Amino acid sequence: MIADLFAGIIKLVSGANPRWVGCNPEERQRIYFANHTSHLDAVVLWATLPMSLRIRTRPVAAQDYWTKSKMRFYLASKVFRAVLIEREKVSLKNNPLDLLLKALQQGDSLIIFPEGTRGNGRDIQPFKSGLYHLAKKMSDVEFVPVHIDNMNRILPKGEVLPVPLLSCVSFGESLRLADKESKSDFLERARLAIVDLKQS
Amino acid sequence: MTLHTDKETVWLVGGVIALLTLASAIGFLLSKSVKSEGARATVKNLNSRTRAWWVMVIVFGIAMATGGIGSILLFGFTSFMALREFITLTPTTRGDHRTLFWAFFVVTPLQYVLVAVDWYGLFSVLIPVYAFLFLPIRSAAAGECENFLERTAKIQWGLMICVYCVSHVPAILNLRIPGYEGQNGKLLFFLVLVVQMSDVLQYVWGKLLGKHKVAPTVSPNKTWEGLLGGTLSASLLGGAIFWATPFTFWQAFGISLLITFMGFGGGLVMSAIKRDRGVKDYGTLIEGHGGVLDRVDSICFAAPVFFHLIRFYFT
Repeated sequence: MIADLFAGIIKLVSGANPRWVGCNPEERQRIYFANHTSHLDAVVLWATLPMSLRIRTRPVAAQDYWTKSKMRFYLASKVFRAVLIEREKVSLKNNPLDLLLKALQQGDSLIIFPEGTRGNGRDIQPFKSGLYHLAKKMSDVEFVPVHIDNMNRILPKGEVLPVPLLSCVSFGESLRLADKESKSDFLERARLAIVDLKQS
Repeated sequence: MTLHTDKETVWLVGGVIALLTLASAIGFLLSKSVKSEGARATVKNLNSRTRAWWVMVIVFGIAMATGGIGSILLFGFTSFMALREFITLTPTTRGDHRTLFWAFFVVTPLQYVLVAVDWYGLFSVLIPVYAFLFLPIRSAAAGECENFLERTAKIQWGLMICVYCVSHVPAILNLRIPGYEGQNGKLLFFLVLVVQMSDVLQYVWGKLLGKHKVAPTVSPNKTWEGLLGGTLSASLLGGAIFWATPFTFWQAFGISLLITFMGFGGGLVMSAIKRDRGVKDYGTLIEGHGGVLDRVDSICFAAPVFFHLIRFYFT
């Protein structure tokens, strides 16, 4: 109920429109991986999913940002059930990959940003290797490329107040790790899938 | 700015509702009778347009019924949504972020507050003078020089079209016409009805006998037959409802002709921008209608001219 209301508000503010280009909204386990330009990315992608998918999909987000205030922590943990991961002091104990695998084993879908940090909105930076490790371990999960357009203008890096422009979330054709595909090949193929969506 | 409902208003509203009921009935019958795939798509498009018209008429009706403040809120919201669509298509950069924040959350509301308090002096210069001077200062202070003139010019243009021009619609309620006090709601209705009907009739005439294109590189759908048929028939409609206005028949007809031509020009200009940016519609807010800006482009260009004509010659 609160989650639906929140998703509605997010869609209104970001004017986000989903475009299902390469796949349909289906109830199967997926990892949505997207370009990253704004703190709102995860929430916007999550909000544009149809309700039946949204309740089974958890955004992966930065712990330091989403635990900064009580409000943010409430939203992250209760409303969109984010998987919060450590960015700075990664150790064996809090290895982000384990948290993601745990969520996947519970049957949930995930939203991840393999660039690691927010970019300038023009170029998509090389992907971190986490996506490859997930693809290797979870071979029956679909990896769906997602391009989020305009969020870098709505709430760019370093700004607090959003400007109400319209954004667009495009979902591409899902991909899986091919036989004997190397790490760098897979990561580059995944990155180019988002670049293609951007141009379509 | 109190408005009262009189017999003429009832006739105008009743007429529009009758027209829409007729359109819905025809659409329903067509949807039952057409067989081919192409025709079915056309009828579906037509019916979703009619439905959107119902929604717009109901919203407009509520705005008018709540007096001046309802109309100001409605057109303020329209400006906000139109500006949002416009700026989305305009390549601004990181350095414009704070400037845009001012444009959306300070300049736009302030313009409508000035309508509400009827401060005409500042209303008429807020955007063309003060926003024009202040917003580039804010952008320059952000320190990004790349395409500076282009970026600031586009933001200013968006504010002029989406906010300044649209705000002239509710500002009609502030005009003091001797012998017509408290009845300005009907003038607002007249403007919106004539310009929007002209859009519809241009489409119909163009579909029926459109051959010679006005500006094929800009908009392949706009034909001379559509333009003349649409503006003339909408102006006849405008003339025919002169009894609800302070105009004579010929005045109402002439003013209608002028605002429908301005409306056509508005559609043409906005098409040129869309074509340049490589899109068909500004947004997807109203089903079957493209975006808000696609709906109000003709009003944007017609409203200030209509406003000034009345202000100079009837007050």
